[in-house]
Amino acid sequence: MNLMEYLRAFITGGIICVIGQILIDKTKLTSARILVLFVVSGCILGGLGVYKYIYDFGGAGATVPLTGFGYLLSKGVIEEVDKVGFLGAFTGGLKSAAGGVTIAVIFSLLAAIIFKPKEKN
Amino acid sequence: METTEKKKKEYQKAVKVLSPNSHIIKNCIWAFFSGGTICLIGHILRKIFESLNYSEDKTALLVNLILIGSSALLTGLGLYSKMGKKCGAGTVVPITGFANSMVSPSIEYKTQGFILGLGAKMFTVAGPVLVYGITTSVVVGIIHYFVMG
Repeated sequence: MNLMEYLRAFITGGIICVIGQILIDKTKLTSARILVLFVVSGCILGGLGVYKYIYDFGGAGATVPLTGFGYLLSKGVIEEVDKVGFLGAFTGGLKSAAGGVTIAVIFSLLAAIIFKPKEKN
Repeated sequence: METTEKKKKEYQKAVKVLSPNSHIIKNCIWAFFSGGTICLIGHILRKIFESLNYSEDKTALLVNLILIGSSALLTGLGLYSKMGKKCGAGTVVPITGFANSMVSPSIEYKTQGFILGLGAKMFTVAGPVLVYGITTSVVVGIIHYFVMG
């Protein structure tokens, strides 16, 4: 077991979240805008081939933050374009994200059925 | 009344000028450790599934399944928003925060109906994320096609 690997995941994830925190505190961006910004940034950095290095260094520290979701989209679309050509640009991204999105939808639906809305104080 | 209001505003301004940096540093420390911890949990899960000989894709999916499921449970119990007050971006930026942004309005708005309440509000944050994420991926794909193809 390599403990450094876990430390790297912790630090990478922590730093990405700190970037988000600085954006929230300094720019008053809402969390929705932050999430959009992070997905788009991850996708661009993935397309440029930069995010792969962050992933190789940080493992889940790079995939768990939403920039990792953007990276997944870029990775999927590039693989699909290599496989089927131009039309892959329209299927690759969502294909790679299909599992995550479907899981989130199903769990949201289940949670809404099981839990009652909380009273606002 | 007006003068007290004015004084109040002046006081708030003074506080803002004096304290923002210590505030930001404190928030950043919370974000770092909470976000780092969520990622560490993700990495531990990944290692477990990898050691069980799951493929890279399946491992990623199973890790997401557990993280999103946990987030849905914590959101439903009202614990995720409590964590969020302290942890800030540390609970917003990870995939658990994305899940929270879907689960939370789903629960809250189900009283307005399953279609335009639950079904529509679920995507208040996830909708924009998908719109711009997918759009960026298409652009990346097209550029990749013309540059590498």
